[in-house]
Amino acid sequence: MTEAVKATNIEEILRYTSIDELYGWEWEYSKEIEIRGKITRDVIEEISRVKKEPEWMLRLRLKALDLFYKLPMPRWLTGIEEIDLEELASYVKPKVERTQEWTDLPDEIRKAYEKLGIPEIEARFLSGLTAVYGSETVYSKMKEKLEGLGVIIMPMEDAVKKYPDLLKRYFARIFPPSDHKFSALHVALWSGGAFVYVPKGVKIEQPIEAFFFIGGSLEGQFEHTLVVADEGSYVHFIEGCSAPLLKRYSFHDGMVELYAARNAHIKFTTLQNWSRDIINFNNKRGIAKEGAIIEWTEGSIGSKITYTYPSTILAGEGAKTSNIVIGLSNGPYLKDTGSKAIHAAPNTASRIVSKSISNNGGINIYRGLVRINKGAYNSIANVECDSLILDDSSMAYTYPHNQIEEPTATVSHEAKTGRLSEDQLFYLASRGLSEGEAKSLIVIGMLKEILSDLPLEFVSILNRVIQLEFSEVGGVG
Amino acid sequence: MLEVKNLSVGIKTDRIKTILYNINLSVGPGEVHAIMGPNGSGKTSLLYGIMGHPKYIVLNGQVLLDGEDITALSPEKKSLRGLFISFQHPVEIEGVRLSTLLIAARNKRMGENDLLKISDARIIRDMRHLATRVGLKPEFLRRDVNLGFSGGERKRSELMQALYLKPKYMLLDEPDTGLDVDSVKVIAENISEAVNDGVGVLLVTHYSRILKYVNPDKVSVIVNGRVVDTGGPELADYIDREGYKKYGVIEVD
Repeated sequence: MTEAVKATNIEEILRYTSIDELYGWEWEYSKEIEIRGKITRDVIEEISRVKKEPEWMLRLRLKALDLFYKLPMPRWLTGIEEIDLEELASYVKPKVERTQEWTDLPDEIRKAYEKLGIPEIEARFLSGLTAVYGSETVYSKMKEKLEGLGVIIMPMEDAVKKYPDLLKRYFARIFPPSDHKFSALHVALWSGGAFVYVPKGVKIEQPIEAFFFIGGSLEGQFEHTLVVADEGSYVHFIEGCSAPLLKRYSFHDGMVELYAARNAHIKFTTLQNWSRDIINFNNKRGIAKEGAIIEWTEGSIGSKITYTYPSTILAGEGAKTSNIVIGLSNGPYLKDTGSKAIHAAPNTASRIVSKSISNNGGINIYRGLVRINKGAYNSIANVECDSLILDDSSMAYTYPHNQIEEPTATVSHEAKTGRLSEDQLFYLASRGLSEGEAKSLIVIGMLKEILSDLPLEFVSILNRVIQLEFSEVGGVG
Repeated sequence: MLEVKNLSVGIKTDRIKTILYNINLSVGPGEVHAIMGPNGSGKTSLLYGIMGHPKYIVLNGQVLLDGEDITALSPEKKSLRGLFISFQHPVEIEGVRLSTLLIAARNKRMGENDLLKISDARIIRDMRHLATRVGLKPEFLRRDVNLGFSGGERKRSELMQALYLKPKYMLLDEPDTGLDVDSVKVIAENISEAVNDGVGVLLVTHYSRILKYVNPDKVSVIVNGRVVDTGGPELADYIDREGYKKYGVIEVD
């Protein structure tokens, strides 16, 4: 290991005094393949050929491409017009062989992960880790003790070849490409990501993580995560994402699909810390069967614009879901977040919690849907929207929507908007804290709910990132 | 020495209304200067003016800390220089635990980058110990600052913060109102102990009850925004007997 990128440990990260120290500006990395220009059938065939995919996957991609051109631009999206898809690389393969050893990776790639202490966290706390750089998984490893239990954690490309039956059943079935233009685009171009299968009754104690890094300007990242938890199993999946400061924007259009079989329990945590040049679109949906539990928690901190609506279809009797999305818009940025809970079976329960913090011209939008189908007897849905607006230049909007077809259902909605008062700021100032420090403490307080299940080291780093976010020196431009 | 010289303060609403006129007073290390006066006389405004509440504008005069003019410093800087204000009615800060606030305030003073760093297990132990000393259950450290605290719990929390942050000068705004006699004694003992350790205290109080347990070196009386009388402990005894009649104020309880 060279001196320049020797492993950064967590202690060092906590000593950073500006958010620029995390990554600073984008740096060069060697690419083996880069595909730009209009997204045509040829482009899709080329990606499929590079990946040596089976025929069924190519057909799925081409069907999705067709849909992409047919479907209209979603009307509810704001700001998306900034993206010029023809300018973006739809596929970027870094010049590196996928590995299970960090030391195999060239410095320029490895430092993307080491700067955030990922290898250290992996060694100490994770059951497995998938690291994506640009369009490809560059590192994938599962701890040995899981192999004997029949757990699968592997790059999605490998799973497509090795487990076609499983994949055909779930891949782009939970979140079909026909849903909207960007789910179609994702399925047409998907590359990188992780497939996880947890066998019946297996409870994985330590979380699994996937970490996505976009290394350059005008790149598209379309990684795909699929977690299948078989009956009575448990898994906690954490996804993290980050990028350096970019000269131009880049676009992320990822997809996460969760399938929780009878009595299975999936926790899915997202820590989104893209740099201010990323337009971040997410497609996240889970299906919970009888007695199953799906918990989404998302901390949406970075990016220029984020669209994320982790949603759950409660498809079996007694299934439960909890969807917590916390959005921070600090500066001229937009978080368009929310959730859907579809109650399609009796005695199902959902809890949607949206917390947003808007500061320094930031905008947060909540869009939610609670749908209770006829026959989903005695279902309970609870929505809480909590918007904190830290100054006069910032805004928060909420658009909750209910479709209740079942008279025995209980649906509640609470919304509150808070502001940070002059007296509160004075109180904290009188204890020696600057305005930025005061705000960072309040934001960290709001994040408590998503932090409670994470390893302490994650929490420390995230706390530090929030403090740097609000610090008066440096900060992202 | 903390000195207030010719201080005039206005409150900012749609215009600026003068509420304090040419206040002169001082407190040295290890001294207690009691500020007494009827309701609405400007006692709290004086503390806000000294500390720099954004609504309280210094129109004239100076605040000097050990001879240095700190009038224009931000409340944050004044806090870091060693001033501490305890509030009569402290606000609730949802989302920030009392322990988090104290750790952050302490780290800030130590020059620590990461405000949330707990560098030493003793930090938490000391905090719990202090909480117990002022009669606050240590569980309160884990609750959001003042959120759902009773009046008495707020008083104890304010004092506990004052003791924890070890300021040079404490500006205490009615630290005993609403407490029973035993609790007042506990609060007073803790203040006296800090004074013995060299802390200077500006103690704002309407009634002289707490001054039976905290001996003031000086007493100033403020009426209608002006210092109308200054003396020693005997002045507090006088007010205890006679109220503020002498200054033209009849109070109805």
